[in-house]
Amino acid sequence: MTAYVEQTGPRAVPTASGTTSAAPELTPAAPEPVTKRFEFVLGLADDALVAAQRLAEWCTRGPEMEEDIALSNIALDQLGAARLLLTYAGELEGAGRDEDALAYRRDDREFRNCLLVELPNGDFAVTMAKLLFLAAYQVPLYTALAGCGDERLAAIGAKARKESAYHLDHASLWVRRLGDGTDESHRRMQAAVDEVWPYPHELLTPDPTAPVDPATLRADFDSVVSSVLTEATLTVPETSWTPAGGRNGVHTEHLSYLLAELQVLHRAHPGASW
Amino acid sequence: MYGNDFPADDTSSGLLGEVEAAEMALREAAERGRHGAAGADPAAYFTEVIAADQKVEPRDWMPESYRATLIRQIAQHAHSEIIGMQPEGNWITRAPSLKRKAILLAKVQDEAGHGLYLYAAAETLGVSRDELVDLLLAGRQKYSSIFNYPTLSWADMGTIGWLVDGAAIVNQVPLCRCSYGPYARAMIRICKEESFHQRQGYEILHTLAHGTPAQREMAQDSVNRWWYPSLAMFGPPDTDSTHSAQSMAWKIKRFSNDELRQRFVDMCVGQAEVLGLTLPDPALCWNDERGAYDFTQPDYAELMRVIKGAGPCNRQRMEHRRRSHREGAWVRSAAAAYAAKQASKKEQASRKERVA
Ligand SMILES: [Fe+2]
Ligand SMILES: [Fe+2]
Repeated sequence: MTAYVEQTGPRAVPTASGTTSAAPELTPAAPEPVTKRFEFVLGLADDALVAAQRLAEWCTRGPEMEEDIALSNIALDQLGAARLLLTYAGELEGAGRDEDALAYRRDDREFRNCLLVELPNGDFAVTMAKLLFLAAYQVPLYTALAGCGDERLAAIGAKARKESAYHLDHASLWVRRLGDGTDESHRRMQAAVDEVWPYPHELLTPDPTAPVDPATLRADFDSVVSSVLTEATLTVPETSWTPAGGRNGVHTEHLSYLLAELQVLHRAHPGASW
Repeated sequence: MYGNDFPADDTSSGLLGEVEAAEMALREAAERGRHGAAGADPAAYFTEVIAADQKVEPRDWMPESYRATLIRQIAQHAHSEIIGMQPEGNWITRAPSLKRKAILLAKVQDEAGHGLYLYAAAETLGVSRDELVDLLLAGRQKYSSIFNYPTLSWADMGTIGWLVDGAAIVNQVPLCRCSYGPYARAMIRICKEESFHQRQGYEILHTLAHGTPAQREMAQDSVNRWWYPSLAMFGPPDTDSTHSAQSMAWKIKRFSNDELRQRFVDMCVGQAEVLGLTLPDPALCWNDERGAYDFTQPDYAELMRVIKGAGPCNRQRMEHRRRSHREGAWVRSAAAAYAAKQASKKEQASRKERVA
């Protein structure tokens, strides 16, 4: 557990008198390359795991039966990618943690997923806006990983990018249908885009030392998203708000509830196998 | 594929063998071709097709009551698949390992697929899926009463696979030879998937029964709760069953409720022994004379109450389905509006082309 290095820098800590004083300096040594790689893989794994959990919440609640099947498919793809990535992360860490140890026995502050995926499902439009942004990020990400020097990541990327391409098609189609459907669906889809729009920013924050620098994905992301929104007769929101923190383990209030549900049974039976 | 690292059991692979035999018979009947044509007396021809163990197809003449019986039965079966997603869907987000989560999600997704094949089979009889769904939501058509019981523990995912899917297979394998072609073909496909469901459920229970004391207790409690409702899945005893005789004559049904129930009990006893779990029936014992197990019948008065709406979850299941349907209405209208816009755009474009 000591492998996690807080990267938020020195923080101001409130004192009893209400004034603030500088927090004691955390002086982490430059992270080991393996630790850095572990954190990177864990971030992608947690994105996929939390996305799968949210999509699985739709099961039996879809707007039509075919959509129930499609959302389950996408959830299964995300879960499959999460398992491969978590397993690899556990190996990189070298502390004997397998996919279940990482999924079920970490608290929210140790999760490294982006905020986008943990947001509640909202209505179907919000879910599709979230999926559009996630897939528009994952397609170029996995494509880049498929060509990277890390063999394991390359293999995972090669498999996952095909799945993500389908997720992107599916979300794009729905965003167009809803945006250019009825007055009500247009209103809901625009509201969903407005709500979710600020969140992908966190995913595209530059990190030149990562196996794939997220900044290099921005051009692809922007062009896909803007063409879908245009076709869908939707407007790009204007905001300078850029919520972030997920990659450093500082989440929204929603994640802890999501994990409470995900982990409840596993944690109630320590050491049991299933 | 789903795990199978538990002792193979001959009974359920025997059932899968029956599914394959039915599939073969279906192919042979198709190759044989049907003798003659409907000609002047379609009713006599219908009787001949049934007698020759061949399949009635959608365009053939059929008695109205045959059509109505099939619609009722196939619709009820389709509704059961869709409502049946709920009790298991209840544990997807809490599944105790990622592997189990994936298997359960895939299973519940399979059930949605079964619902779709069955609605499609019903549509060949001249009724639309939308009409059938409306009948379900209005409470005018039923679904299997088993899904009106709650899933209170993870072990219920095992027990539902083992007993509920198991009972469904015993019920459905003979339907693979049903006289109505589209239903028989849908059942062959469904039975193959159900047998995987049964195996994965059995495996969950096997793991729990050989796990910690708390897991073992969870497994036994679950079997205690589901045993009698599973026996009731075969319907009322033959003495009270209203639809059976005509359905047997039409080869829609091939065995009576009690015959199938007996077959299920005989299959489960050995499997329970391997699991190391107890079936909650002190009267269960082998009867040498009959070559079958004697067992306590389920409480048919309870079955009737649950069918009439007084089970623990009837209201919850129906409200859940109605809510999903209602909350999806704006999405379905948007898809329809979008498709209409796209179609008219296409038409305009091709008109312009013709003018130019
Ligand atoms: Fe099924
Ligand atoms: Fe099933």
